[in-house]
Amino acid sequence: MAETKAPVERPLSPHILIYRWPITMMMSIAHRATGMGLYFGTLLLAWWLIAASSGPKPYADFQWFINTWIGKLVLFGYTWALMHHMLGGIRHLIWDTGRGFEPGEREWLAGATLVGSIVLTIILWLIGFVFMGGPR
Amino acid sequence: MSMRTPLARVRGLGTAKTGTEDFWRQRITAVANIPLAIAGIVIVITLLGRSHAAVVQILGSPVVAIFLLLFVLSTAWHMRIGMQVVIEDYVHDERRKLALVMANIFFVVAVGLTSTYALLKLSFGV
Repeated sequence: MAETKAPVERPLSPHILIYRWPITMMMSIAHRATGMGLYFGTLLLAWWLIAASSGPKPYADFQWFINTWIGKLVLFGYTWALMHHMLGGIRHLIWDTGRGFEPGEREWLAGATLVGSIVLTIILWLIGFVFMGGPR
Repeated sequence: MSMRTPLARVRGLGTAKTGTEDFWRQRITAVANIPLAIAGIVIVITLLGRSHAAVVQILGSPVVAIFLLLFVLSTAWHMRIGMQVVIEDYVHDERRKLALVMANIFFVVAVGLTSTYALLKLSFGV
């Protein structure tokens, strides 16, 4: 390509790096990110099931890991990712019917995904800890 | 010059009738995953604090095992499609894309089969 000298700085079309991110865009990216997290998080589920089926010693190893602060953090993150991805998925299923595309509705659905996922995660952990005693 | 008609030359080359298969499967598994994930969460929350013996007993009971098997299978299918969409969106080098799409299928089958094996072993106690 020939080297050309740009005469004046022209405004560029909106671009991901200079855009003020609307919440719908943030939640769209979060939907992908949580999906990726859950993808690799299935390794934790597989480990849990294999450990349980292998015997008390492998299961004790799993329990040890899940009780470390990093294990709990991973489990907490996994819970949030699952809630966010689930609510985001429901949002997409609503959109699939052609509903929820009006300006206010889009933002409301995206905001509800975020708020709902945080609330549900806290509720689940409260249930897990208060009624079940948490991971031991 | 070919004597074949243009229609005969292109027949069977496109994505006719199967082009939306992944889209449709993604929706089926998404809908299935809503109740299955809720059941899975309830099971995990109930079991994480229990002893190994209790966990083995409960995971081996039919209703719990069947719910978890459905969850594992539906999730595996769902995430194979999801990861493939991401790969196809961001990886444009044909060889790398092919390798990653393949690796994705290997990963999903391995994780899905591992979990299924463990659940069946817990149920049948071999």
